[in-house]
Amino acid sequence: MRMTVTDEDLAIAAQNGDEQAFSSLIARQYDRLFRLCFRLTGAKAEAEDLTQDICAALPAKLASYKQQSKVTTWLYRVAVNAAHDRRRKQASHTRAADGWGDWEVNRQAAIAENADRADWLTTAMNALPNDLRDTLALVLDDMTHAETADILGISEGTVSWRLSEARKHLKTLKEKEDV
Amino acid sequence: MNDDLDDLKSLLNDATPAPDAQRRAENIALATKNFTDFQGSRTQPRLTFRSKIWTRTKLMLNTLTSRGGLTVTTAIVACGFIITTPFGRDLLRTPMPVIEPTAVDPGQAIPEVTPEPTELLREPVPAVEPEVNELAADFESQAVRALEQLQAPTDGAAVREAIEEDVLALATPETEGLSLETATLDQVEMAPAAPQLLSRAAPAVGTSAQIQSEPTDLYIAPPQGNTEIFANDAPNPLKITSDEPVSTFSIDVDTAAYSLVRSSLTAGHLPNPDAVRIEELINYFPYDYTTPNGPHPFQPTVNVFETPWNADTQLVHIGIQGEMPAVEDRPPLNLVFLIDTSGSMNQPNKLPLLRQSFRLMLDNLRPEDEVAIVTYAGSSTIALEPTAAENRSTILAALNALTAGGGTNGQGGLEQAYTLAEQMTEGDDVSRVILATDGDFNVGLSDPRGLEAYIEDKRESGTYLSVLGFGRGNLQDATMQALAQNGNGTAAYIDTLSEAQKVLVDNLTGALFPIANDVKIQVEFNPAEVAEYRLIGYETRALAREDFNNDAVDAGELGAGHSVTAIYEVTPVGSPAQLSDPLRYQAAETTTTSDELGFLRLRYKAPGDDTSQLIETAFVTVSQPNAEAAFAAAIAGFGQLLRDDTYLGDWGYGDAIALANANRGEDPFGYRTEAVQLMRLAQSLAN
Repeated sequence: MRMTVTDEDLAIAAQNGDEQAFSSLIARQYDRLFRLCFRLTGAKAEAEDLTQDICAALPAKLASYKQQSKVTTWLYRVAVNAAHDRRRKQASHTRAADGWGDWEVNRQAAIAENADRADWLTTAMNALPNDLRDTLALVLDDMTHAETADILGISEGTVSWRLSEARKHLKTLKEKEDV
Repeated sequence: MNDDLDDLKSLLNDATPAPDAQRRAENIALATKNFTDFQGSRTQPRLTFRSKIWTRTKLMLNTLTSRGGLTVTTAIVACGFIITTPFGRDLLRTPMPVIEPTAVDPGQAIPEVTPEPTELLREPVPAVEPEVNELAADFESQAVRALEQLQAPTDGAAVREAIEEDVLALATPETEGLSLETATLDQVEMAPAAPQLLSRAAPAVGTSAQIQSEPTDLYIAPPQGNTEIFANDAPNPLKITSDEPVSTFSIDVDTAAYSLVRSSLTAGHLPNPDAVRIEELINYFPYDYTTPNGPHPFQPTVNVFETPWNADTQLVHIGIQGEMPAVEDRPPLNLVFLIDTSGSMNQPNKLPLLRQSFRLMLDNLRPEDEVAIVTYAGSSTIALEPTAAENRSTILAALNALTAGGGTNGQGGLEQAYTLAEQMTEGDDVSRVILATDGDFNVGLSDPRGLEAYIEDKRESGTYLSVLGFGRGNLQDATMQALAQNGNGTAAYIDTLSEAQKVLVDNLTGALFPIANDVKIQVEFNPAEVAEYRLIGYETRALAREDFNNDAVDAGELGAGHSVTAIYEVTPVGSPAQLSDPLRYQAAETTTTSDELGFLRLRYKAPGDDTSQLIETAFVTVSQPNAEAAFAAAIAGFGQLLRDDTYLGDWGYGDAIALANANRGEDPFGYRTEAVQLMRLAQSLAN
C-alpha cells in the first residue's frame, strides 16, 4: 500500500515544504542516482562525490521540478548538469592547480581503482567524449531516446546520432584491443 | 536496442558498484538538512521580474518556423502593396461584383499566401473578359483569409502576437495581470472568465494561455515552506475521582482533524501528532444513536463497557443524537461565501476544488435561498451581490470568474461578509458566512486573537460561521479552529471532492442549521465506584467547572441530525489497572452509597435564546457495547495510536482494524470502510 504514493506525489509534497516526503523521496531514488553518477563519472569515488554534490544542492533545485514531468527525468537532468559542472570545475582546477592538491589525490585514487578493475568497459566509457558518454549512460539506464533527449535538452535525432557515434568509438576501441 | 548495446548494458550493470552505505546515509542526511535550512530562506516569495518583451520575442523566434515566417512576411508585403500603392488603393475602392475566376494567375503576384484560393481559381472559366476589380476582390479576400489562418494555429500564435502587439499594448497592466492568473488556473475555464478587453485582444484562448502561462509561474506561485500550525493541547491526563470528580467540556462537531489525518496518510506519512484531535476523528462518522423523542432537540445515550485495550478498565461512551427537523420546513438560508483569493490559493487542490465543491452545494439549495460571494486578497470585493439560488447561471458565472492573486486580508473580508449577511437576513432566515481559505491571514490583522475578538462580537448578531480549509503546506489549523469555535460554527478540511460532498451536500442540513447552541457536557463521577477517569480527546474544548452554568461562556453548536460522541476511560475502584495509590494521611471519602457510576448533565440554548436548558441523567450499568459504540471506541484507539499511546499497552493498529472491521455496521456512505483503510495505511507507515 505504501508504494501507492508515487515519486511525483512525494516531490510535490516536498515542494510544499514536507520534510518527510523529501527524505523518503531521496531514500527511494538514491541508488538509482548513484548508479547514474557512476556511469557518468566511471569511478566509484567520483560517483560518491558527485552524488553528494547533487544531494546537497537538491533542495534548492526542487523548485525547478514541474508537476507534469516524471521525477526520474527531472532528477537525471539535475544529475547530468551536476556532472557537467563538476567536469568543468575539474578542468579549470587542473589548469590552475598544476596537478597537485585534493583533485590529484582523488584522481590518483580513481586511477588506482580503475586499474584494479582492469576491465575494458570503464576504460572504454572513460575514453568516450563526455557528450557521448552522457547519452550512453542514460540510454543504458533504461531511458527511452525521447526521455534522454528531454533530459539532455537535445533532439531525439541527436540522441540516435550520438549513440551510433558511441558505438563506432567502442568498436574501434575493441578492435585496437583485439589487435 | 542492438545487441552490442545490450552486451554493454549487462556488462555495465555488473560493473556498477553498490553505493557505500555510510556515504549513502550521510548524503541523505545532508540533503535533508539542506532541505530544512532551505525552508527558512524562502519564506518570502522571490519576485522575479524579467522583461516580458524579451521573453516574448525569444518565444516568438523559437516558435516561428521558416514556413510560417515566409507566409507572414509575404502576407505583410501583400497588404502593404494594397494599402500603399495607388494601384492597390484603386483595387480596394472599386465595388465588388460577383467573383469570377480569371485566366490571370494570382499566384504570380503572391505565391505563398494563397494555397486554398488558387484551387478556387482553377475552376472552369467561363469566357468572360477578365476585369481588374474582380482580381482586386480576390486579392483582398485572400489576404484577409491568409491573415485569419495565421491567427489560429499554434505556429501562428507567436506571429499573431507580433502583429497584434499594439492591441495587447492597449490592455492595462491590471487586466494583463489578471489574465496571467487565469491562464494558469485551467485553460478551459478561462474563456468565460477573461475580461472583455482581453478576450477581444486574444480570441484564440488556448494558444494565448500557453504563451502567457510561462512568465506566470515566475511570480504567481511563491515557493512555500511548511508553515502549518495545528491547534491542540497536551492529551488529557488521568484524573483521580476523589480529587476532581467533575469533568466539563464543550461539544465539538468539527471534522477537520480527520480529513487532515487522511490527507497525511494518503500522502505517505504519519500525521503530525498535534494534528490529531481525537474527538474530531470520532465525530467524523455518522452514528445511529437513539433519535430524540422528548421535549429536547437532542437525546443523550450512555453506554458503559469493557475497554478494548485494557480489560481492567471501562469505557463510558456518551452519544448525543440531534433531532432532524423535517427538511421541507427549514427556513430560507442566506449564505455568504467568503473566499480567499490570495495568490497561494492558485493550486489545483485549492480554488478549483473550492469551485467544484460550491457547485455541488448549489444543486442542493432551494430557489428561495440566497447566495452572495465576497472575495478577499489584498482587499475585499463583492464578487456576487445577494442572488437567489434559482439564478444558477449567474452564481456559477461569478464562481468561475474567481481568480487568485495578491496578499491576504482576512479581516477586511470578514467585515464585509458579515455586513452582507446582516443585510440579507429577514425574519426567520438562517444566515451563515462560509469562509473558504488555505489558512492565510498574512496581511493586516492576522493575529488569531484579534480576529477572534471581532468574530465573538459578530456572534451576537446571530450569523453563523463555517470555516472550510483547502490545500496543505500552509494550513493555519489553529486560526481556523479559533475562528470556527468563536463564531458559532464548524471547521472542516476539504481535501477531495468526496469530502466536499460529505461536508457540503450530505450534511447540508446538519452543517447549516443549528438546533442547539452552546452545548456543554458535564460529567460527575462517583468516587465510590470510579477511582480514576480520563476523557479521550476534547483537549481544546475543556471548560472550567463553573463555566457549565455560566450562559455567557461560549460552547459548541449542534446541527440538525448531527451526532456527538464523547468517551471516557474509567478505572473502577479496586481494579488492578488503578494507577494511583490511595493517600496515607487523608481518609478516602467514599461516603455515597449509590451504585451509580456517574451523573451526566447537558446544557444547551435553543437557537436565538439567551438562557440555557438542562438535561440530566445518571448512568449505572455495565453492558455489552453495541456496534456504534464499539466503532467509536476503535476510532478512539486509532486516534490515540496516532497521537499518544501511553494508555494503550500492547494494543496496536491490528487490534484497531479488527475492532473497526467487526463493527462497521451498515456504512451506507463507506466512511467506515475508508477509516479501516486509513488504519491499514497507518499500520504500514508506523512499522
